[in-house]
Amino acid sequence: MTMSQTKETLTAAGAAEFESAVSARNISKNYGEVEALRDMSLEFPRGQLTSLLGPSGCGKTTLLKIIAGLLEPSSGEIEVNGKRVTGPGPDRAFVFQDFALLPWATVLRNVAFGLEMRGVAASEREARAEKYIKEVGLAGFENSYPHELSGGMRQRVGLARALAVDAQVLLMDEPFSAVDEQTRRKFQEDLLQLVQNENKTFIFVTHSIEEAVYVSDQIAILLPRPSRVSEIIRPSSFRNKGVDNIRRDPEYLDIVDEIWASLRSYVE
Amino acid sequence: MPNRALFLKLLSAAILFGAWEVAGRIPVSFAFPTFLESMRALFAMTLDGTIFTAYAETLKPLAIGVAISAVLGIAIGLWVGLSNTFDWLFSPIFIVMQAAPLAALIPLLVLAYGIGLTSKVLVVCIMAMPVIVLNTSGAVRNTPESFKEMGRSFLASETSIILRIIIPAASPVIFAGLRLGISAGFIGAILSELKITPTGVGDIITYSRSIADYPSMYAAIFSIILLAVLFLNLLEKIEVTLFKGNQRDYVSN
Repeated sequence: MTMSQTKETLTAAGAAEFESAVSARNISKNYGEVEALRDMSLEFPRGQLTSLLGPSGCGKTTLLKIIAGLLEPSSGEIEVNGKRVTGPGPDRAFVFQDFALLPWATVLRNVAFGLEMRGVAASEREARAEKYIKEVGLAGFENSYPHELSGGMRQRVGLARALAVDAQVLLMDEPFSAVDEQTRRKFQEDLLQLVQNENKTFIFVTHSIEEAVYVSDQIAILLPRPSRVSEIIRPSSFRNKGVDNIRRDPEYLDIVDEIWASLRSYVE
Repeated sequence: MPNRALFLKLLSAAILFGAWEVAGRIPVSFAFPTFLESMRALFAMTLDGTIFTAYAETLKPLAIGVAISAVLGIAIGLWVGLSNTFDWLFSPIFIVMQAAPLAALIPLLVLAYGIGLTSKVLVVCIMAMPVIVLNTSGAVRNTPESFKEMGRSFLASETSIILRIIIPAASPVIFAGLRLGISAGFIGAILSELKITPTGVGDIITYSRSIADYPSMYAAIFSIILLAVLFLNLLEKIEVTLFKGNQRDYVSN
């Protein structure tokens, strides 16, 4: 079975079963001579978390930034809720790998940044920012500056900023890669809660196989040179068994092994 | 520990002035007065008002020149930093200005603009502006890419990205440029009074030297340095108030 056949059958199955919040259609991206993405198509089911997983250089962050409207595809198109993406929009919010917090602004102002740019009045945006600061567990740090917080806390600020604008689609670019292992596990558990509680579509870029299998409803394995979707995996049985049981579930362990087997040859 | 900082500053001043006093007493030169003699002369000039009349004159080109350099310098710097075209167009001018031997160019300025205020303001600007422009444009160009991406993804307009992200992010380096530029402006103001027409503080320096009243001469030099230091401290206060979180960068994890 060739790769392209795999891709076609899987995306067809995905489209039939789920309503897509975000569709990527035949996306290509070239940087001069370098081909970052070639003819990539992928569906992102509404209300679920889809991970883009792959070795470095497979174009997963590029695809995410194209969905965000931060990069223009060389060809192809992105649709969010049936509308074609031409740039950043209020239906999408981004969580950055390096947090991208403004160091001269307090936690409150950082979280309220998106609302401020949308022209929400000061009192209302502060109230909403405070609500989300509490929700990510940073109550009491409203007036702290980013440099006074730990790495994990800073990413919580980044997450609160993205939640505060109440976009339907949350784009997360390796959000937990710059925090320590324990904080990361806590984040992953919180993320599962968040997917369950918020009716949002999550697109999550990661290079950690375990992380992808742990948090995702759907995992798209991307392979480099040229970049393509090689496989789509939808874990089924362990999602509802509770956060403590996922890591010893046989299906979880099998999927992790399976993914490693297919990625192994691409890692130098 | 502000007390410790203050103590160290006072200690540093005491060592400097002590060395000056000793050097004056040896003496290293007939034309080099002691610290105490100079302070006595400064006190006398303060009492009879000479120093205030002098500064009324000197501050004119200094204040105008520094104000123009700061406002125009930051504006041009932003422009140059945001656009490659203006970078190629303007940067060479300011690099040449910064490297030019100004004292040698003063006769040209006098020829073109006379011996009045205009020439003196220009000297202050030529001294102060290049470093302000070059620092501002460099800082603007080096705004972290992820800050700008963050702004765009949260729907900030081009203007908001400049005002809310690029300028605050560049502010530490812009202020460093202002500090250097304004110090250079002080030098420029005195240089113009020594080289164009002796007025104000430059007049005290020139006149005192001609009558061998070295304590007064050094008192005048000391006073301009003191004024510059006070002004730079004020600038630092402004920076700290405006951009509080910038004081320290991110701590590492």
